[in-house]
Amino acid sequence: MGISRRDFLKFSGLAALGGAGAVSASTDVEAMEFKNKLKGCKVTTSICPYCAVGCGLKVYSKNGKVVHVEGDPDHPINEGRLCPKGSSVLQLIHSPYRELKPKYRAPYSSEWKEVEWDWALDQIAKRIKQTRDKTFEKTNKKGQIVNRTQGIGAVGSAALDNEECFILQKWWRSLGLIYIEHQARI
Amino acid sequence: MGSNAAENHPISFRWVTKAKEERNATLIHVDPRYTRTSSQADIYVPLRSGSDIAFLGGMIKYILDNELYHKEYVKLYTNAPFILNEKFKLPEELGGVFAGYNPKTHSYDRSYWAFEKDENGKIKKDLTMKHPRCVLQLLKKHYSRYDIDTVSAITGTPKEDLLKVYKIFASTGNPKKAGTIMYAMGWTQHTVGTQNIRTMAIIQLLLGNIGRAGGGVNALRGESNVQGSTDHCLLFHILPGYLKTPRASLQSLKEYNDKYTPKTKEDYSANWWQNYPKYSVSLLKAHFGEKATKENDFGYHWLPKLDDGQNASWLVMFDNMYHGKIKGFFAWGQNPACSGANSNKVRKALCNLDWMVTVNLFDNETASFWRGPGMDPTKIKTEVFFLPCASFVEKEGSITNSGRWAQWRYKAIDPIGDTKPDAEIINELYYRVLKLYEKEGGVCPEPILNLSWDYGEKDKNGKIKEMDTHLIAKEINGYFLKDVVIKGKLFKKGTLVPSFAYLQDDGSTSSGNWLYCGSYTEKGNMMARRKKDDPTGLGLYSHWAWCWPVNRRILYNRASVDEYGRPWNPELPVIKWNGHKWVGDVPDGGWPPIKNPDGTINKKTKKAFIMKPHGVASIFGSGRKDGPFPEHYEPLESPLKFNPIPKNKYRINPALPLLCRKENLSQKDPDIWYNASETYPYICTTYRVTEHWQTGCMTRHVPWLLELMPQNFVEINEELADQKGIKDGDKVLIESARGKIVAKAVVTNRLRPFIIMGKKVHQVGTTWHFGWEFPEGGKGGDSANLLSPTTGDPNTLIPETKAFMVNIKKL
Repeated sequence: MGISRRDFLKFSGLAALGGAGAVSASTDVEAMEFKNKLKGCKVTTSICPYCAVGCGLKVYSKNGKVVHVEGDPDHPINEGRLCPKGSSVLQLIHSPYRELKPKYRAPYSSEWKEVEWDWALDQIAKRIKQTRDKTFEKTNKKGQIVNRTQGIGAVGSAALDNEECFILQKWWRSLGLIYIEHQARI
Repeated sequence: MGSNAAENHPISFRWVTKAKEERNATLIHVDPRYTRTSSQADIYVPLRSGSDIAFLGGMIKYILDNELYHKEYVKLYTNAPFILNEKFKLPEELGGVFAGYNPKTHSYDRSYWAFEKDENGKIKKDLTMKHPRCVLQLLKKHYSRYDIDTVSAITGTPKEDLLKVYKIFASTGNPKKAGTIMYAMGWTQHTVGTQNIRTMAIIQLLLGNIGRAGGGVNALRGESNVQGSTDHCLLFHILPGYLKTPRASLQSLKEYNDKYTPKTKEDYSANWWQNYPKYSVSLLKAHFGEKATKENDFGYHWLPKLDDGQNASWLVMFDNMYHGKIKGFFAWGQNPACSGANSNKVRKALCNLDWMVTVNLFDNETASFWRGPGMDPTKIKTEVFFLPCASFVEKEGSITNSGRWAQWRYKAIDPIGDTKPDAEIINELYYRVLKLYEKEGGVCPEPILNLSWDYGEKDKNGKIKEMDTHLIAKEINGYFLKDVVIKGKLFKKGTLVPSFAYLQDDGSTSSGNWLYCGSYTEKGNMMARRKKDDPTGLGLYSHWAWCWPVNRRILYNRASVDEYGRPWNPELPVIKWNGHKWVGDVPDGGWPPIKNPDGTINKKTKKAFIMKPHGVASIFGSGRKDGPFPEHYEPLESPLKFNPIPKNKYRINPALPLLCRKENLSQKDPDIWYNASETYPYICTTYRVTEHWQTGCMTRHVPWLLELMPQNFVEINEELADQKGIKDGDKVLIESARGKIVAKAVVTNRLRPFIIMGKKVHQVGTTWHFGWEFPEGGKGGDSANLLSPTTGDPNTLIPETKAFMVNIKKL
């Protein structure tokens, strides 16, 4: 959904009211800038990625960038409000420190090296197979069927969506992993 | 207690202040430290970290001594009237342990905790609750030792403060009132973590506060989807929907189902887990699709099995990694080099790997461990792959909050740069490993080859072009796999199952997680709903998002009514019986109330606690590893050399497993700990601030937040600071037996010295949000988990990061 003409007018009206009152002129300019920023944005709803209260967000995006995020006023939990973390998710999404390319650290190396996805994924798949095949136990000491590997461990993640959690455990367990843990344990 | 909601779950706290303003609620905050939560409280009282059971045990004694418990509720809905067998003994009779303790294995034979049964196998009860071996009387006897003087001496809480809290909270035993508790890691991160929560659950049951509007025991969970990731069981001991991971002695699906399907001879018990085989078979069908057949036990042997009694939890995993037994490792959306207790050990353990895959938004202390403090990269073999993932607005899917609401998040933009959504990364790795096994063969390839993976259109090589999370959500919900007639109703093959009540154990249904059955049905994606009607006025919002199970917003709500189905508090009904059916929230089963209007028992009724085999809540909890009633034990590291509870000679939780209690260690051992030592005389606790989150990986890289809270600090009380010559803003070294960190001093009277067993004890506190990797040069400080011990709760093995011993020194 885009921002409707009615919302737009409502917003302009508010800004005008601000200008007519005791608010400084710069507020008026800022409001105009803000209005322009949101013009033509797609609005999608989301939920805050930090704590588990589950506050609703409205995410305004344009040309592949998120330009503004605010508390969802319709959401019954937060009714538009957000804490400092929730209020700053825009900077999380577009943080200058985000890693945007896969990287690799070779044995005994002192640095990271940027690599291609295909290479990294193929290498990882090989490592998984190698370690799994080498450490796989079809039976335990008692001769009971166990079909597991104790040579690979995994942690993560409460930051994933439910659907991702489900397929991740499904895949890890198909490899025979028993060391599967995540944030809930700590 | 155990939470600082105003700072760590700020928007939840909005509703607390609203309850104060609009409903005249009283807010009590019990915490070692005066926080922003305390500042809003009607009553704030301090307690020493690690003494919660003593504090709450005193409240149980107060409630029982003054007969303030909700008698009808306790009689109807709990096991308080149940009678114990004669072998059962309390710690006061056995020097500090319950009956059945084996000091060699540090574990209990729980058959000593069994109830007495009659000739028909039914549990013997005394509904007057006067029998000396009935649960209520044993509870009274057990907590008779928790008198106000003893409790005050252990907790450091002044007696008048204890009484003030006891009196107010116990007043909610009045059926017209309700009381609730918001707790967080302040309760779980202890060697008695599970029992901390059990103590409060017992209080809530005594006061009749479970299942009620404004009642309950609320875990304020820390991560946006930690409820969902727990429900989907990224944990060693459970499979999605809290099914058990198979054990080696269970060599067939039948043995597995028999072992975990509880049986009961109690009248009127729904014993809902009797449906276990329906959920386990439906899960196997979701994992292995058509390859899972009755003939091959639905692929039961394609699931890995742990040895009987084997523990593969966090602390054990890193211990094995430290000793070189684990060779490959995934750190997916997690930073264990800062979040793991005794982080130095974790960081050293990572050096012993062959390879590690990390998936994250940002570089962090785990991914870059090899270039961290004290590390020589030229000596570290571990290969590290860093895969950059997309953020939450660059993909679509659901997350589940603390109140079990599964809420849908939409995609706003395409993944930034060369990042990929986690689901795509999982798919890539799944596909490439699959192809290697198809091409080269390998050891036991069947589980990999037979895994069903239909989450979108495939290319000519069989690889999914783009993962469709709706298809995963539907698989989690479950399908009818053939035309079936259930309770006279026809369900067509390929349609979505509307509720777990329709799941089957014959392979005719699938469901990746029975608890989420109903979340995505033929009516649509229930998790994406946005209708805001609230007919009960309780804020249930039943048509907003979706809540497991079956969209029930308040669990065990059948306990919110009396035996005729009348709400204990008619002004705030959660559900009520209108003569034909329940109205209000989705009830815990549609069965009628216990009694007909004429006072006779309704033969169709079922007891309120449907997930418990006997239909009642467990004041006596025989399922725990460390005792059926909570008993105070000291933290592994504490200022005391003994357990101050009368007649108890066990200082620490006697059921702590060996890894958590290693003794006579050399100073070089990574698990070293000291108790009541002059070298480490101060209690230390860890916590969080509003501006940062967990290890800080997702907040230290947010400029606004880092500016607000740029570095770690340690809170020190004025008296201790004076003794140590520390002033506000000084650099301070905090040192434990295992590690040290540097933090800026915040000298404050928000922390005060405690008088424990007549002696003055100081406590300090610090956050665990920082790490050496960022901000650059480690200028924010490093993780407080470098200090915390390698020990944890015997039931959960959640580490004890809330109470340990340190020394501090001005730098």
